[in-house]
Amino acid sequence: MKVFIPTPLRDYTEKEAVVELSPGSVDEVLRELTSRYPGLRKQLFAEDGRLRKFVNVYVNDEDIRHLENENTQVRYDDTLSIIPSVAGGCFKLERNGCQPPGDVHLRQLSEAG
Amino acid sequence: MQGAVRKISPTSDALGQALLQLIGNTPLLRFHRVTRNLAGVEVLAKAEWKNPGGSVKDRAAANIVTDARRMGRLAGKTLLDSTSGNTGISYAMLGSAEGFPVTLCIPANVSTERARIIRALGAEIVFTDPADGSDGALRRAHELAAAEPQKYFYADQYSNDANWRAHYHGTAEEIWRQTEGRITHFVAMLGTSGTFVGTARRLKELNPHIRCISLQPDSPFHGIEGAKHMPTSIVPQIYDPALADANFFISTEEAHTMLKRLAREEGVLVGISAAAAMVGSLRLAEEIDDNSVIVTICPDGADRYLSERFWEDF
Repeated sequence: MKVFIPTPLRDYTEKEAVVELSPGSVDEVLRELTSRYPGLRKQLFAEDGRLRKFVNVYVNDEDIRHLENENTQVRYDDTLSIIPSVAGGCFKLERNGCQPPGDVHLRQLSEAG
Repeated sequence: MQGAVRKISPTSDALGQALLQLIGNTPLLRFHRVTRNLAGVEVLAKAEWKNPGGSVKDRAAANIVTDARRMGRLAGKTLLDSTSGNTGISYAMLGSAEGFPVTLCIPANVSTERARIIRALGAEIVFTDPADGSDGALRRAHELAAAEPQKYFYADQYSNDANWRAHYHGTAEEIWRQTEGRITHFVAMLGTSGTFVGTARRLKELNPHIRCISLQPDSPFHGIEGAKHMPTSIVPQIYDPALADANFFISTEEAHTMLKRLAREEGVLVGISAAAAMVGSLRLAEEIDDNSVIVTICPDGADRYLSERFWEDF
């Protein structure tokens, strides 16, 4: 499965915009991600080990709050997006023509060659 | 004389006020309980959610629009800009009231509430990749403006001098008047930097001893709405770091905690950047002499953040 890294966090992923990881629960995927890139841990998790409150996670554009939170299962062909909340909310409902974040990343990557 | 029609001046308040006249002159709020350990230091805040569009951004947007109309740059065109929400609401409000179309580039993770307010006021939204934040929206607005210059008046709040001048002529003068010149320190969060730059520039002219402290998120990855981490962002053209006597970095969690304190101890529901401004102000208050008067800016209220996850622990 693919994890899409938002621009402000790419300094911690050696500039990678997309990271391929094994399927599992959201919690397992994020733990694997932060063990591969330890600098991300403080950005994503609070000291109590919980996801920071302004960090929103989407599986295929669906906010995990509307699924099973960190227990949501991510399958082989799923995508996971980490989005800092500008002001919370669910961008799926209001996107109105915006490309899914995954597609935007992929397009940018292909343009970048 | 009975039956006679009383003549009223066209500028009289008895005729009501136009929307533009309701912008600015916000109350200066005094905090009592969160400052109780700081005897001798006053902490005051401009209640900017009292503006008709609900945020400080009404000031910059109104001045940008007024400036553009005066120069004829808006005639027959659509106002275009990038925004993370509040400026968009202000533009949409003004476009509706004054009869010009508005197109806004906004990161797609903006709250449902904000997007609905903007649409309700009749503006068009172009959503941009949420992973790229406000810089992604800014780049998209640049592209649209460059592609169709005859269609758009690109307001460009990050580079438009009318942004900081709204605070130079408005916010700063109000603070000076409301504190009767007693202000010793000014504290504000950096976003476009218009509020900080305009207010600090004028206050330092009025009294060069006034210390001005800018605030920024402590990381490029943060949840402080409208705020910019300058070392990693596209730096606004209007930003002048030389105006800051000091800069504090604020974490999102500190702002969330302060937001809850202000709600529970002061009865005031402010937005996240307002709470961050209070974190910075109280941090400063602990460092400075008695008899200081700190003034900060509360850019908006909490009603635009009700879908945030931090309320779960409230």
